[in-house]
Amino acid sequence: MKERTVQLEVLRYNPDTDTEAHFQRYEVVCQEEWVVLDALNKVKADIDPTLNYRWSCHMAVCGSCGMMINGEPKLSCHAFLRDYEGVIRVEPLAHFPIERDLVTAPDDFMEKLKRVKPYVIPKEKKPISEGEYKQTPAQLMKFRQYSMCINCMLCYAACPQYGLTPKFIGPAALTLAHRYNLDSRDGGRKERQEVVATHEGVWECTFVGACSEVCPAHVDPASALQQMKITSSIDWIVEHLIPGGKS
Amino acid sequence: MAKSHKPVVWFPFAAGGTVIAFFIPVIVLLTFLAALGHVPAGLSYERMHAFAGNGLGKLIVFGVVALSLWSSAHRLRCTCYDFGLRADTLAATVLYVAAIAGSIASAVFLLRI
Repeated sequence: MKERTVQLEVLRYNPDTDTEAHFQRYEVVCQEEWVVLDALNKVKADIDPTLNYRWSCHMAVCGSCGMMINGEPKLSCHAFLRDYEGVIRVEPLAHFPIERDLVTAPDDFMEKLKRVKPYVIPKEKKPISEGEYKQTPAQLMKFRQYSMCINCMLCYAACPQYGLTPKFIGPAALTLAHRYNLDSRDGGRKERQEVVATHEGVWECTFVGACSEVCPAHVDPASALQQMKITSSIDWIVEHLIPGGKS
Repeated sequence: MAKSHKPVVWFPFAAGGTVIAFFIPVIVLLTFLAALGHVPAGLSYERMHAFAGNGLGKLIVFGVVALSLWSSAHRLRCTCYDFGLRADTLAATVLYVAAIAGSIASAVFLLRI
């Protein structure tokens, strides 16, 4: 195995002692095939135990280790050192308040996630004795892609609209709304439209598409939002232009 | 929170986007060829003039021009917004008025043929 000395420039912030964030440089001896998260773990283990960051699975499943690597939102467990030259700049996810070092506060996203009701609201409630709500593979395929979100918030860090208008519900939450709207067992679309079809919902999106580029789970939030713009527009026509169509 | 009325401007924008994707590259290519003196026989001035003189032809030309203008105006408005120009009402007014003026002009020219 080949070794390589990597220069990491990490944004540090301690709310107890610092008035503002600053960069700290670390020189880390790494294995060539390591990812940025491995390098951070090495810093924490051998160089500076005060460094804070979130991670859990180390296999791009849990969505905890999102950070800005050379200015791009990435899962640090999925950012291979071999793809970077020179100093690697590591910062907390953009557009979220910093809690400490690379740890950000996800409260805004969590609150927005709740607002879109990301769970099945059954069309008709039935007692457990009547069995499960069945679904065919074809019905599953309609929304499967949009159910792969790991809530890593990279799309929020990439979205210029979220950065400029923090009220925007944002890519991941809206995509999950779409995922449940498309579910054959679900009847909650009308309730979700109260959030989705507002200015702060899909209409704040200008289809930049950065969300889909950075998504590590290939969810393609931009396509979900475009599809919701079409259905919301049809709703609008039905509600405003067709007599008796007001829902 | 009230539902947005954005579909009023978004639907023609989406329609215009589709029109642009299908027609504009071809029109650009044909215009370029025409500028170099290569006009396909089927697209000669007389035939195009006759096409624009026909009622359905007028409607098609107007549809392509008006929807493309609207779509471009809306796209520019979004681009201004993306770049942080937050005077959205001003940008929208200027760009939409330009698109509407262009559409009216194309209608006037078409009706004169």
